[in-house]
Amino acid sequence: MSRLPVKQVVVTLLFVLMISVPFAMKKADEIMNPLFTGNMEEVIERYGFFLEEITEQAGFRHVHRRATVDEKLHHILPQISSVGASVSIVDFNRNGLPDIYLTSSEFGTLNSLYKNNGDGTFVNVAEEMGVADLNIPGLGASMGAIWGDYNNSGFEDLFVYRWGRPELFRNENGTGFTRVTEGSGLPAHINANTAVWLDYNNNGYLDLFVGGYYHEDVDLFNLSDTRMMPDSYEYATNGGLNYLFENQGDGTFLDVSERVGLHASRRWTLAAAAADLNDSGYQDIILANDYGVDEIFINMGGEYFFNTGQEAGLGFVPKSGMSVGIGDILNQGLYSIYITNISEAGVLMQGNNLWVPGRGGTEQVPRYRNLAGSMGVEIGDWAYAGKFVDLNNNGYLDLYVANGYVSDTPDTDYWYDYARVVGGNRNVIIDANNWPAMNGRTFSGYQANRIWMNDGAGRFQEVARNVGGELRKDSRSVAYADLFGDGSLDLVIASQNQGVTVYKNHADPQHNWISFELTGTKSNRSAIGTTILLYSGERVTKKYVSGGDTFSSQSQRPVHFGLGSSDHVDRVEIRWTSGWIQTVYQPGINQLHRITESDEPIASLGQ
Amino acid sequence: MLKDLIIPKTLIGPLLISGVVIAAHLSFGVLDGWNKFAIALVAAMGTELVFHRIVTGKWRDLSSAYISGNSAGILVRSPMLWPFALTAAISIASKYVFRFRNTHLWNPTNFGIVVMLMIASDSMAVLSVQWGSNMWAMGMIWVIGLIVISKVRLFHICAVYVASFIFFAWIRTLITGDLFLAEIAPLTGPMYQLFVLFMITDPKTTVSTRNGQMLVAFLIAMTEMFFRLGEAVYAPFYALFVVGPVALVVDILIRERRERREKE
Repeated sequence: MSRLPVKQVVVTLLFVLMISVPFAMKKADEIMNPLFTGNMEEVIERYGFFLEEITEQAGFRHVHRRATVDEKLHHILPQISSVGASVSIVDFNRNGLPDIYLTSSEFGTLNSLYKNNGDGTFVNVAEEMGVADLNIPGLGASMGAIWGDYNNSGFEDLFVYRWGRPELFRNENGTGFTRVTEGSGLPAHINANTAVWLDYNNNGYLDLFVGGYYHEDVDLFNLSDTRMMPDSYEYATNGGLNYLFENQGDGTFLDVSERVGLHASRRWTLAAAAADLNDSGYQDIILANDYGVDEIFINMGGEYFFNTGQEAGLGFVPKSGMSVGIGDILNQGLYSIYITNISEAGVLMQGNNLWVPGRGGTEQVPRYRNLAGSMGVEIGDWAYAGKFVDLNNNGYLDLYVANGYVSDTPDTDYWYDYARVVGGNRNVIIDANNWPAMNGRTFSGYQANRIWMNDGAGRFQEVARNVGGELRKDSRSVAYADLFGDGSLDLVIASQNQGVTVYKNHADPQHNWISFELTGTKSNRSAIGTTILLYSGERVTKKYVSGGDTFSSQSQRPVHFGLGSSDHVDRVEIRWTSGWIQTVYQPGINQLHRITESDEPIASLGQ
Repeated sequence: MLKDLIIPKTLIGPLLISGVVIAAHLSFGVLDGWNKFAIALVAAMGTELVFHRIVTGKWRDLSSAYISGNSAGILVRSPMLWPFALTAAISIASKYVFRFRNTHLWNPTNFGIVVMLMIASDSMAVLSVQWGSNMWAMGMIWVIGLIVISKVRLFHICAVYVASFIFFAWIRTLITGDLFLAEIAPLTGPMYQLFVLFMITDPKTTVSTRNGQMLVAFLIAMTEMFFRLGEAVYAPFYALFVVGPVALVVDILIRERRERREKE
């Protein structure tokens, strides 16, 4: 054998080795994450929880229907009306049981309010409560809803954001709702896809952040111009404005958006969350923007916000931000931020972002690094809500990610046409007329939701199929609540143009838990924005009362901590938005604690 | 003094592509990240060093690998690092593995990308959206690119390809009924700019005669039409992957025949 062929053989072998790398990686992944098919007890023993679908037996019949927009957009209707299925959880009648509100979008279809009967079943009371008929021509199509006690009455009020006029409903002591939109100061028209209750100035009244998606001048149901699509796939500058409505304490709201610095950009905001990222005592606002970079607006003492997306490290690479999840995933007393994006094999691989705080930040602006890849939560699909929730009560936040865009005719695909247009210049992409018709084609549809289980050591493992939770719908919104009072966090998933799905969670009974329902007195009554720090041995876990987060979702108001095998909690520190701090020593475990804000700046219980 | 500054010919390409990348990234953040770009460069140059050493026993200059690394760093889109490195490495390795009459047959980056789309499509994609929302970025790339292309006298390839693409776009509208603007939309994006300016004009993998080059450009556009009718998102890469080596082999054989005849 001459020398040349030997050399050729060597380089050929090296080449073969190279192209074997992806196959080897897939094989290794299969070995490390095998499909496990056991009965419920075996699954619980292995993973610490099992999900049982109970939608029909629990009485849920709600089906979301997409909004039917102007006929000029009918050729791409499924992607224009790709959102609107939302779920928010509230105890609207204060009977101690979480109830569930679900939106639909098509004109004439009804939103649902499922009252918890306390016996494992639910009944839809939306019509008798006056919060069903909200999808009306000329007024708007529901996109989502959030609950907050804006008038500190003790009962949670309802804000429904729409493509159209947003609506505010006052809760009449749990017996019904009164529409109080007129004269409230809310705008006549926004194409909103996200809203969050927060007390931005800590004055004890809940304010309202609303994020605009399509430009507010666009009436999607009566379109004057088809040049209403994003002007860029990655750098769009023609989205809707974002708003902050300051609660005046008299049932009215004042638009302070411009004054506080929220009108600085016109990105296409799809999701928002408000959390105190820098321990300043004030809630900051985190935005997931479609067609652009994500943003963090740091709250400057309740006076104004400044955008620190780039300084914080997450404002560089534009993607398709869909959801903002906040969680202390490593039990270090620090919030990480999970923002979902789009991943479609071979076409668009954005990957989801898990922004973990690290070194290099300042007192005011934390510095984040995207560790989604190294922690194993990067590749979803076309993802929407990415919700942190401790499903097995082991004390570490797991991650539920909703996937799927448009499931239509099987074995068809719109991606080619989509990629053609979004690769084009501004003048092409901005005009809906230039977008090829979808003609019933599937577009990143029939995708399975992900459940990533946190191992507590910095890695997540995908277990959806193994724990009974594989769901292939066009899921949008995910909320959790202890629906049955057994200490397990159950899941409610709203899917676009499809029926709701409810999972009863069977968490390992060997795992302990503790829950806190807070009532503000000096702070807003819903206690939204209040931080809870749980200390147990070496562990410190931080959570907060959320006024809406991820994608069009709001989970139960009580703050729930899984404790794993730990049989005690040393103390719990409650940092109210009023600035007052309350400490509870050695609270009992496996129970819900109802705590009212003390009338002293620093108070202790149970010492 | 500047007048006396002579830039070696081999460095013109690398310097220009570096200029485009830096300007585009600082303006629009076109790269997925400097680390991903860097790993593509390192992998390309490292593979070139190792493979060339194995085959020839010598070290070689890295300007060609540098350009391939740049292309992979720009064109690959992945949240992970390894697809950047692997694309670049496969691109360079292909030059040493697939050879005919002592010349490589595929444009290295084209080969690397197409192979990666076949074996790792769940981990990577190709740049398919535009840079920025303004026309000036697109204009800048066209201007720089055309200057380079004119210097190396390959402008006619770009012109024929673009004209053919537009012609076949019109043919496609007759077949599919889609809007003409939607059919030519990709041409306004950066993926095509890089494809037209830097990939189909690669001197090492283009045929030898001017007429032949124009014919090949036309055939690439025509083949691309069929891939497009089959709704292949990355149709131009597949078209070049198929047409490029066939054209090169035919070109070499024709040249050899001609040389043989001349000798006779």
